[in-house]
This record gives sequence, structure tokens and C-alpha cells, in this order.
Amino acid sequence: MPRDYTDDDVLVDALLQGDGDAFAWLLDIYDGPLRRLARMYVATDAVAEDVVGDTWVAVIRGLERFERRSSLKTWLFRILMNVARTRGVREHRTVPFSSAAGALEEGAGPAVDPSRFLALDAPQNPGAWAAPPVPWDEKPETTLLAKETLAGIGAAIAELPPAQREVITLRDVEGWSASEVCNALDISETNQRVLLHRARAKVRQACENLLEDEPR
Amino acid sequence: MRVMRLPWRGDDLACRELVELVTDYLEGGLSRRERARVRRHLRACPHCTGYLEQIRLTIRLTGRLRLEDVEAMPAGRRDELLAVFRAARPG
Repeated sequence: MPRDYTDDDVLVDALLQGDGDAFAWLLDIYDGPLRRLARMYVATDAVAEDVVGDTWVAVIRGLERFERRSSLKTWLFRILMNVARTRGVREHRTVPFSSAAGALEEGAGPAVDPSRFLALDAPQNPGAWAAPPVPWDEKPETTLLAKETLAGIGAAIAELPPAQREVITLRDVEGWSASEVCNALDISETNQRVLLHRARAKVRQACENLLEDEPR
Repeated sequence: MRVMRLPWRGDDLACRELVELVTDYLEGGLSRRERARVRRHLRACPHCTGYLEQIRLTIRLTGRLRLEDVEAMPAGRRDELLAVFRAARPG
């Protein structure tokens, strides 16, 4: 029976001792998620493949320097993001974070188009919905989960500014906790929430556009 | 995220304000008082309740991307990386 490497200390010790099974375990668990995230930064699967390959090599070379202050998973994704950002910049796909403030402000804006609300100085119900969202509940699950819907969500995420894209990918696609994301991206809880808020609002809007076009 | 308060509305939230508080609400980032304001608005406003439901559904659908087809790692590449590992750290 293969060893259980779910404990970070066990895993890192094994890796440092050159345990090939431990590295194979790591590859099998994280190659998919790393590739999914890489795909968010670069234009083609082939380049994403390269980015992940470079990441693994950097992991092998850098193991000694892993200080166990974060989880191995966080460390792994940080390396990937550095490799991917550099590659993405070369491909003009992403813009480097010039400053945390810049990254935060990029793609700022209201969650919902203001024209969908009554004016803030309207005599009655200022700021109330004028064009409220049409519920999706009655959509059959098959429509919601159709390939087109999911592809549309993927495309909407790909179009987000890099900081928003990273946060929503880690939180809502990969299912990381808020504190894991803050850790991996080196951002405050508040900024994490602001970025997540904008990202989710845009993805919701994309879903709305997709599902509204769908004939009932 | 803070939105400007509308002074003439007292403690009531406008829908336009509420949609900006949805993430803080879901993430537990609101003070007890703000949370109560959001709850009060949601109870009275089917549209904002519908918006919140859409955000929840959006999160659920986004999570499905994880299950979507990331192609399996080509076996050749897996072997290659294992070889790099073994070469770098002879066990």
C-alpha cells in the first residue's frame, strides 16, 4: 500500500529524502489544479503545460528552501503564479502587479450596472431595482450545468483583471479558504473580499447574459 | 465594500447598496449591525433575495469548473518529471 502523504511534514521529509513515490503523489494531486490555474494566465494549453513543467522543476530545485511557514500547497501555487505571471507578461496576457493598490483598483466598478436601479434622487424608492434579476430557479439543472454555461463562466473568469481572476479561481473554482488565498497572494482579508466581490459580480452578470438568451 | 449612505433613508439600505454588501455578508465580513440591516432588507425585498440567490448559484456553478476536464497529465511528462526529481535527489 502506498504511504499516506496527506500530512505536510511527512510529505516534505519524504521529498527531501528523495522519495520518488512522494513526488509522484504530489504530481498526481496537484498537476491538474496547477494546469487549470496556469490556463488562467496564458493563452494556450501548450504554454500552460510549459508553465506547469517549469513550476515542477522549480519545486524540485527549491525544496530545500521551503521553510514550512505556509502549507506545501500554498508554496506550490505561489511558485506557479510567479512563473505564470512572468510568462503571461511576455505574452502580453497579464499585467504585472505594479502595486497592490493598482491591482485592487483595476476593474473596479459597481457590482450591477447602475442603470438597473432607480436614480438615487428618485422621489420614490431611490436606488431600488428598476430592472431586477429574473430568477434562474425555474431553469432546469441541465441548462444551468450545460457545457455552454460552464464554458461561459470560464470565459468570464479569463477576462477578469489578473488579481480578481486569481482570487475567484482559488476561492470558487479550487475551493480554497479565504485565509489560504490571503496567504498565497499576500493580500489582506479586506482586499481579498473586494477582489472576490468584483469577480463574482462579473461572473454573475455573465451567467445572466447566458441564461437570459437561453430560450425557456 | 462601503457604498455611500443615503442619508434620507435612515437605517434602510437601498437595493443598489445591498448588492455591494453581498460578498461581505456571505463571507462574514459585516459588523453585527450591518448584518442586521442586510437581513432586514432581504426579508422585505424579493429582488435582492433573488440577486443573492443568483450569486450563490454562480458560486456553485463556478465550482463545477473544478470537475471539468483538465486533461490527464501525459504519461511521458509524468515520467520525465519523476526522472528530474530522482536525478536531483537520489534517494
